[in-house]
Amino acid sequence: MLTGKTTLVTGASRGIGRAIALKLAQAGANIVVNYAGSEAAASETVEQVKALGREAIMVRANVSDSEDVNEMFKTALEHFGNIDILVNNAGITRDNLLMRMKEEEWDAVIDTNLKGVFNCVKAATRPMMKQRSGKIINITSVVGVLGNAGQANYVAAKAGVIGLTKTAARELATRGITVNAVAPGFIDTEMTAVLPEDVKANLVGQIPLGRLGQTDDIASVVLFLASDSANYMTGQTLHVDGGMYM
Amino acid sequence: MADTLERVKKIIVDRLGVDESKIVLEASFKEDLGADSLDVVELVMELEDEFDLEISDEDAEKITTVGEVVKYIESHK
Repeated sequence: MLTGKTTLVTGASRGIGRAIALKLAQAGANIVVNYAGSEAAASETVEQVKALGREAIMVRANVSDSEDVNEMFKTALEHFGNIDILVNNAGITRDNLLMRMKEEEWDAVIDTNLKGVFNCVKAATRPMMKQRSGKIINITSVVGVLGNAGQANYVAAKAGVIGLTKTAARELATRGITVNAVAPGFIDTEMTAVLPEDVKANLVGQIPLGRLGQTDDIASVVLFLASDSANYMTGQTLHVDGGMYM
Repeated sequence: MADTLERVKKIIVDRLGVDESKIVLEASFKEDLGADSLDVVELVMELEDEFDLEISDEDAEKITTVGEVVKYIESHK
């Protein structure tokens, strides 16, 4: 389905990012595994991709730094010659109530989760415009549309990603590049593992399907958007959240 | 100069699909050659590759005519 396509996944060392990298590799894609800090985890993702018979390289880059991002794309292009699919998945949390949220906490989340997407979309646009094709998939979140107490920074960034997705979709449509978003609900990852049990139980109570999602639930939808099956879709946000937002 | 103009012309013909006779030094990309903003961004990208130079965003915004492109390339190569 994606045989020979080069895919760059940001934040691919763990969690949803790793699941996406492996899902797309299963479908035939070669993978650029971006990571910011977890080198050991990133190399594990690379090994798993290689075990599937695909090519993979790992590139360290802090997506909030445009120079890092440009270097990463340069490395990826030198190695693979093109970028067909970009998945903007890298994200962090610094939860706090608005009243207590420090400026640093706000900035850190906006820089990585929103500016990071801008930096990567901008860098990917050049090679994709030349190819006259490309698929960009941004990972946002259910809280970007619902809001969530204690996550003003994260919610603002994720809502921003939805607007960025629509704008990039409009700007790039005539060049054969589609830009869509996937909004996961609460997924069973290290990011949600830190939540206390009572908070988790309360969360599950809000999910019509009655369980946390698995990383593979998200990866499957990303695969769909990355494939030719989704050629006539752009600017959309697909909600994969067990029915939380409908 | 003549060589630069010829190479620039070829890129414009390929990218914008306009008749070569319309590509004169005074021609404005947007007003005379029917380019939209994204076309101009793409043209700049291709010129960078063709002439192996980097045109900063600030400079690129100032370039509006064929003559300005040729002049820019001549003074930066």
